[in-house]
Amino acid sequence: MRVLVAMSGGVDSSVAAALLVERLGREQVVGATLKLWGGSSDSGCCSVADVEDARRVADQLGVDHHVFNFSTEFEQRVIDPYVRGHAEGRTPNPCIECNRHLKFDRLLGRARDLGFDAVATGHHARCAVTPEGRFRLLRGTDPAKDQSYVLAMLGQQELARTVFPVGELTKDLVREEARRLGLRTAAKPDSQDVCFIRSDEGRAGFLGARLPLHPGRLVDHRTGADLGVVDAVELVTVGQRRGMGHGDDGRRRFVTAVDVPTRRVWVGSPEAAHAGEVVLHTVTWVDGDPLAALDDQGAGTGVAAVAQCSAHGRPVAGTVHRVAGGVSVSFSSPQRRIAPGQTVALYDPARPDEVLGSGVAA
Amino acid sequence: MAPEAYFDHAATTPMRKVAVEAMLHHLTDDYGNPSGGHRQSRLARRAVDDARDLIATLLGADLGEVVFTGSGTEADNLAVSGAWQALSEAPDPPRALVCSAMEHHAVLITCRALAARTGATLREVAIGKDGIVDLDALAEACTPDVGLVSVMTVNNEIGTVQPIGAVADLVRRHSPAAVLHTDAVQAVPWLDVGALTSPADLVSVSAHKFGGPKGVGALVVRRGCRVLPIVHGGGQERERRSGTHNVAGIVSMAAALAATDADRPTDVARVGALRDRLGDGLLASVPGLVETGDRRDRVAGSLHLRVAGVESEALVVLLDQAGVSVSAGAACSSGAVEVSHVLTAMGLGPDQAASGIRFSLGTTTTAAEVDHALAVVPGVVDQLRD
Repeated sequence: MRVLVAMSGGVDSSVAAALLVERLGREQVVGATLKLWGGSSDSGCCSVADVEDARRVADQLGVDHHVFNFSTEFEQRVIDPYVRGHAEGRTPNPCIECNRHLKFDRLLGRARDLGFDAVATGHHARCAVTPEGRFRLLRGTDPAKDQSYVLAMLGQQELARTVFPVGELTKDLVREEARRLGLRTAAKPDSQDVCFIRSDEGRAGFLGARLPLHPGRLVDHRTGADLGVVDAVELVTVGQRRGMGHGDDGRRRFVTAVDVPTRRVWVGSPEAAHAGEVVLHTVTWVDGDPLAALDDQGAGTGVAAVAQCSAHGRPVAGTVHRVAGGVSVSFSSPQRRIAPGQTVALYDPARPDEVLGSGVAA
Repeated sequence: MAPEAYFDHAATTPMRKVAVEAMLHHLTDDYGNPSGGHRQSRLARRAVDDARDLIATLLGADLGEVVFTGSGTEADNLAVSGAWQALSEAPDPPRALVCSAMEHHAVLITCRALAARTGATLREVAIGKDGIVDLDALAEACTPDVGLVSVMTVNNEIGTVQPIGAVADLVRRHSPAAVLHTDAVQAVPWLDVGALTSPADLVSVSAHKFGGPKGVGALVVRRGCRVLPIVHGGGQERERRSGTHNVAGIVSMAAALAATDADRPTDVARVGALRDRLGDGLLASVPGLVETGDRRDRVAGSLHLRVAGVESEALVVLLDQAGVSVSAGAACSSGAVEVSHVLTAMGLGPDQAASGIRFSLGTTTTAAEVDHALAVVPGVVDQLRD
């Protein structure tokens, strides 16, 4: 098997490449770093420092390394929708869109063109094969580092050509392995934030340079009363509490809705900021739509699922029903409202590590 | 794995044996710093001055008009920024500068940075579909307030030779105050640079493009044209470029240039024939292959093709695995391939520009290398089209 390893210059993908070299031999492994963001970032222009780390690890492992310039697609598929989303009051998850369109579409296609059987990444997730030859997507072994949430949009086609070599390891073991092999990335800190947003300018600086920001009014969710001003409605996210002040009862206020066209931000009590369900569009299933198998009666009952609404969010029990344009997830108890644009990952209640599918909050 | 067929001579060339031999004893025995008062210094200074005279003669310049730099890029920077700074000291300083849209980044980015820093207007002149600078557009850009015009002698990506004589006539007529610079880095192996660039005030060359070492270049600064230094220090090169001379590199560059000049007629004929065999063979065997521009406009070592429906970034990887080294556009510092600003300036769309591939041959290219490419390329393109 020939594998193209996506090497970001971080410790996880470095070790992923090293493990594959041990398993398959260096002739079967080639490293690739994606040039995605052409602007400035915390690691310098075009992430040159990260590319250099990836290249030097590849050199050390004795494997070829290439840089692929996918910056045009990144701009179209990740940056533009991210900026447009905020302009329309949504909060897209750029890492998920990058995985969906760049790593597991564009890169998979490139790997196939170049004659590779699979792409490997350093994600903390696992892929298992059933006796019937179906692919299952499972949480990574290290619960603190599990990244199945950002991969929940993968289907059979992608999983059939994807390998997650470090998914079975804890982060400590990954670093230990990197140290054992003397990889220069062994002590490199984990990346925390969105790669194209610089820590010195933040999300506000990034978006402010790309779309007009408008001041707006804070409005009481229940009474409609005007509660004051907000600097930029485009930078407010549903569920946000920072900067929203306190209600008459002294409790903190939460954002319940954002209406960019009328420049209004609705805020309310912690209870008002919760909802019993969320509607998802852009729904994907790892191995087929479980709702499709239900008869009329079953359709009324829906399918049980465990929902995770952010990268490290707490999983919540719920039930999935079909609705026009997607599905709805009703929670066993009300949850903090999910900002439109955010992804919800669905897991199997019977096998809590197993991803069923995903959708984007409407 | 060593490349079996190297077609990236426009990126860099293997050093000529005479150029290697010329530099060796300056690395060990005659190691002096030319800027000193003792015997070792005198030996080194003599070597640098001999090299300067030889290079000046071969580039059609007067003795003393050659300034040594650390690279072709530095020569371009010194030409653009140095000349502009000198012009800015005039009582009625110029307000605009002009370059072609296909300049190497060493010129293009320098001009843009200069415009951004000084508030000067930069006019980037269109090029035609043939990869030749549009002289009508150039005439329009050349207003009397233009202080500097830069048009390359030969384009680095597509190999087209630019009409420097016509450019010079036009500049003298419309922008009489302007200094004319030409980046001749890609011209040296193939053309009589001295004759071709004689109407230019400033001419850049780079040693490693013609069998010399990396890390040394030169700028011809014609008498009467002034450049202020962009690198300050000990005042070497008549106060125009400070820094201890790269003596071995300079001596080696002179040897490489002399050999290049002597062999040029036979090299151009031999390499041109190999290039034609490669180009004709590929065009005949690979469906959907298009040659960029007209081959007659190109230097002998250059072949630029576009492979419809194939991304050159992938093609380069597969050809590399098959032992064929080619290039797709300019590489950025991360190693990624950038969409070619040259092809874009020629009016090609993003998909066409992303399918461009450059085969650049050199004096060491063999018939066996051409045969290998002819054998390998069709299958690789097929694989990518599957």
